[in-house]
This record gives sequence, structure tokens and C-alpha cells, in this order.
Amino acid sequence: MSTTHRAFPYDIDRARADFPILNQEHHPGTPLIYLDNAASSQKPLSVIETLDDYYRRYNANVHRGIHKLSEEATVAYEAARVKVRKFINAGSKREVIFTRGTTESINLVANSWGRANLKPGDVVLSTVMEHHSNIVPWQLLAAEKGFTLRYVPILSDGTLDMDTLRHELATQPVKFVTILHMSNVLGTVNPVAEIARLAHEYGALILVDGAQSVPHMPVDVQAIDADFLAFSGHKMVGPTGVGILYGKRDLLEAMPPWMSGGDMISRVTLEGSTWNDLPYKFEAGTPSIAQAIGLGAAVDYLTQLGMEQVQAHEHILTEYMLERLAEVPGVTLYGPQYSIDRGAVATFRFADIHPHDLAQLLDAEGIAVRAGHHCAMPLHDYLGVGATARASVYLYNTPVEIDALIEGLYKAKKVFAG
Amino acid sequence: MEDMYREIILDHAKNPRHAGILESADIECEEHNPLCGDRLHLTMRVDENDRITDVAWDGDGCAISQAAASMLGEEIIGKTLDEVRHIDKERILEMIGIPLSMNRVKCALLSLKVLKIGAYGLAEWRKSEDEEEDI
Repeated sequence: MSTTHRAFPYDIDRARADFPILNQEHHPGTPLIYLDNAASSQKPLSVIETLDDYYRRYNANVHRGIHKLSEEATVAYEAARVKVRKFINAGSKREVIFTRGTTESINLVANSWGRANLKPGDVVLSTVMEHHSNIVPWQLLAAEKGFTLRYVPILSDGTLDMDTLRHELATQPVKFVTILHMSNVLGTVNPVAEIARLAHEYGALILVDGAQSVPHMPVDVQAIDADFLAFSGHKMVGPTGVGILYGKRDLLEAMPPWMSGGDMISRVTLEGSTWNDLPYKFEAGTPSIAQAIGLGAAVDYLTQLGMEQVQAHEHILTEYMLERLAEVPGVTLYGPQYSIDRGAVATFRFADIHPHDLAQLLDAEGIAVRAGHHCAMPLHDYLGVGATARASVYLYNTPVEIDALIEGLYKAKKVFAG
Repeated sequence: MEDMYREIILDHAKNPRHAGILESADIECEEHNPLCGDRLHLTMRVDENDRITDVAWDGDGCAISQAAASMLGEEIIGKTLDEVRHIDKERILEMIGIPLSMNRVKCALLSLKVLKIGAYGLAEWRKSEDEEEDI
């Protein structure tokens, strides 16, 4: 097997040194090979130290206190918002709402915009490749409001059936399109700018689930012209418990609050309340302060590395991973071929070894992969498979780790053959 | 710390100029700052040339918010709505004349917010807010 690779855009060893968790043995004598990045990424020291610094030095609530600690926490929290604004090129920091993650961001849009605007006869258009977090909130709301949820299928190569999407928009009363940017199973990257253009042409709004795209490629909300973009901090070297909802200002202004309580009000009387300005209208209660500030540090880290560079690194690595997996007899790969620009996941089945057994055997070799339906049961039904194994890479993974994965597969085969 | 409560601010806060509510006002607006519990209610009269002839503030809150309103009222009487339009955050902070922390800036700007929303509508206020984006 060739071990020469196209030039990686940055020094991988130096990047790896930024992530303390990678510098450990998974089992005694076995280094950790972390290939479950689509589920959650590891954190660089700069993010870990940012959390530590907040709790050690200036832990206090935001937006409420006059004292120095609260002031410092507020400034850092709002500075993180500005970092995220620049990272996704939003027009205003008021369009950047801190949530707990992608799931909460999508639930916010469904429960605020959806509840106020969707009625019987309307159609919400989605796809069969969605993560559960972009299906279930709409199903719950559809049951309550009586609108119809329709799903665009995929083609045999794992890409979205754009002809059907156009046909749906042209023939159905579609009011809202909700679609993932990159599939966490197939690796498919949907042409969201084109889909947004089509949705707007037919008078529909669009939400882009960026959980798998924002961590891995440059995403510019204005270039895509997304009405909403949802993503999570923990998949982009940031902490858990924080995510973002981007929304166009006019839409957010017109939307009613969803969760309510402190910090989101302007004035409360026992008879009624008025709402605070954006983005605070949608940030009820004490937010994930440390995590938001930590997300700011994560954005700094990714910005310093350069998202084009991260994408280029992953592209080389994904191509290599798919090539090597395709060479293994008994491996069935799902999703687009590596010749197509696609995300950094390889989802597969291997001979007659159940993915859970495979993941267990790989774990014994120090290799962390995901097994199951990856929160996309409808897609697995559609593909006609019960469960799959998934290896997903990130900015710190190496070709040597891919080689170890391949070796791990052969070892697993021996165990089951023996 | 004494700087923050320099004499002129305490004077305006304790003896706010143009306190009260005007009868038959041409412009009326009220806003709140949930941080301090500040409330400001503006009534204002303008003549046929859109020149501000009288201003009154009713409200309660911290010394910074009330003093800023009092000073702003003095500043705008006799000016046209067009002349007043370009009063910005910097001008208010200049009038206050002391460094304010991020949370207290909101207190200082409440009167400007009430004036802008009352005189030109919410959109104009948002525009002026956007100019101070990306702190």
C-alpha cells in the first residue's frame, strides 16, 4: 500500500500536540486512535484553559451584575458572540443566539417560528438523510399544528435527489425547508446555497443544520443565504453544552420567545411582559457562560488554523480512508465516492460482523469508532441496513491512524473466522 | 470610584431637569433597562418646524440613567429633530464624562434609546445600535 500522501496543509504533529487527550494510551501499550469526531471532537489546551480560567478567576453571572467579576464575564461572553459572528460571517452579532446545541437551536425555530407560522395545508420539506434532531421536532409540531412533513429522497450514489426537491417546491405548498448541510452518515455535502435559492424562489424559508459542516469547512451564512443555521460547539473543538442558532434579524425580530424567564425580558408585571432585544429575547435563564466563552476560544483555534486548511486536510485524509476501506474484502461503504467533494466520515459494514462487535474489537486495538444508526434511523431504513460502523476524522487525525483502522479490521475478521 | 459619582452627575440625578409628564405631547415613549430596573418615560413637544420646544422625563432608576436623561433633555431643547438625529452613544458618554463598564453603558444609553425610538422609531434606534457592533 502506498504510504505517500499529497501534502497536508499544516503540520499534523504540531496540531496533535495541542490536544492533551490524544497523548495517552487507550489501553496500556496501545495509543488512542480517535475516529469518532462526527459524534464529538476533542478539545485543544487553549479551550480547556479558557474554561479553567473562567471558573478560577471571574466566575459570575452575565448581564446582571455591576461588580467586576460579572462585568468581566459579560465582556468575555459577548466577545465570544462576536467571534462566532465573524466565523460564520453573520451581518450582526444580534443574529447569533447561544443555545445548548444544534438540537436546541432547531427546537427553537420549530417552536417559535414554526408554531407561529405553520398551519394545516402547509408543507415542511426535509430529506431522508436528516439526523433525528431535524426530524422529531417537526414531527411533534406537525402533530399539533396539522401541517404536512415531506422528505426528499437520495439517489443511489448517496447524493440528494435535486430533481425531486425542485418538483416538490414547484408542486407542493412548501413554507419551510429544513435540511442538513453535511450528512453525519453518508458524508454527503448538500448544495445548500442552491437549495436556499430554490426555496426562496418558491417563497419558502430554509434552515440549514450545520452540525457537521461548520466544524469542517468554511460556512458563510450570507453566501449561502440561509434563513437559519444551527450548529454545536462540541463538534468544533469547543465545550459541550453550547451551540448556536443564527437567524436573519427580520425573522428573529418577528418571532415570539420560546423559552422564557430571566434575562429575556424587558419588563415584567403580573399581568404580562415585554421582551428584551435580540439576541437576549431567545436566551432565557443563565446561559452556558463558561462554555460560550470556551466556544470563542474554539473559534480562535480554528480560525488560526484556517478553515480552508482544515477542509483540505480532511479531504486528503478522507480520500485515503475511503480508498483503503474499499480495498478490504467484505467492506461495504455507504455514501458518495471519494471522487465527490464530501465530508470526513466513512460509514460501512464489514463482512457479517455486526457493527457493535466490530466497534468492540476495534476498541481493544485502541480505535474509537461509532456503531449503530448514528441518530439517523430513517436513513438506515432507507438504505435497508440495521446498523453501520462509522469512522470520522478531524483536523488532528493522520494517515497512520487510518492504517491502524484497516489493520484492526483484518484482526476483527480473524477473531470471527477463528 | 468617586469619579463615577462626580458632582455633576449626582446633581442631575438628585435634581433632574425637565422632570414630569407634558400634557398634549407630540412625542411620547417609554423604555426599560432590566439590569438596574431603570424606567424612563419621555414626553416631548415640537413646533411646526420640528424644533423641540419642550421635553419632560418621568422615571426612576440609577443615578447614571437618570442623570444622562436630564443632561440629554438640556442638550436637545431648541434643536430640530433632524439635528438631534446624529446624537450618538459617544456623545452621551462624553456628557457623562466618566468611564463606564459594559453593563453600565446600557444605563447611560437608556435615555438616548427612548429619544430615538420616540422620535424616529425602532428602526432608527437599531441602526444607531449597529454602529457600535463588535465591541
